[in-house]
Amino acid sequence: MKTFTNPATDSMPHAAKLFLVIALLLSATGCAVVKPWQRETLADAIMQPDRDPMGSGLIDHVYFSREAASGGRSVGGGGCGCN
Amino acid sequence: MCRHNSFIVRASLVACLLLLLPVFSIGSLKQGDRMPDLASYKLEGRLPEKLQGRVVLLDFWASWCGPCKLSFPAMEKLNQEYEKKGLTIVAVSVDEKRENMERFLKEMKVSFPTVRDAQQKLVAATDVQAMPTSFLIDRTGKVRFVHDGFHGDQTVKKYHEEIKQLLKEGGR
Repeated sequence: MKTFTNPATDSMPHAAKLFLVIALLLSATGCAVVKPWQRETLADAIMQPDRDPMGSGLIDHVYFSREAASGGRSVGGGGCGCN
Repeated sequence: MCRHNSFIVRASLVACLLLLLPVFSIGSLKQGDRMPDLASYKLEGRLPEKLQGRVVLLDFWASWCGPCKLSFPAMEKLNQEYEKKGLTIVAVSVDEKRENMERFLKEMKVSFPTVRDAQQKLVAATDVQAMPTSFLIDRTGKVRFVHDGFHGDQTVKKYHEEIKQLLKEGGR
């Protein structure tokens, strides 16, 4: 009985498959989980996007003028994992 | 499904699982566990001499954490009220820089012992999920209650209830 085979499968050599797996595995090395007690730098005031209300207001105004839309750029929490 | 697609799907699944691996915490301190031996973690500062037979509030905090700042006056009040009845509060700072901790304590002025987990080994072993996190440990050394974060009066009310309950219970 003849089974269906995809020409793409047959044309994909083992080396290419291995390369794909290695590439996916390497991509995993770029990820890290920052634990709550390691967030000292993230909790610094300098890391807050809205630390300067006047600057944020100006940026919002420019954004609104260009895009005819506003908002949608805030996130909850200060990054320190508190509460 | 063709073999080519199934291979990519399988490889992607393996990669996703590897990505998620650090998310899963192993060995976190939870209700029912024994309190870790604090002396074995080389903490900076002086630990209370006697923890055996006492109700212990083990609190992990940092100078950069806003809710920790709110929790300190509440813990000071708890210490004033329950220390003589058998409560010991041990506050463990996870600050990377000692001067940050010292600046915070200079401002707060608390009477309970504070130590620093400079190597962050104790906090890693307990694997807290928020800052601050506190563990209420009964007289037998067993973790009975865990508080993730500090939620003002709500947390303080629970502290009172739980501490009273644990103080009533017998020791070893």
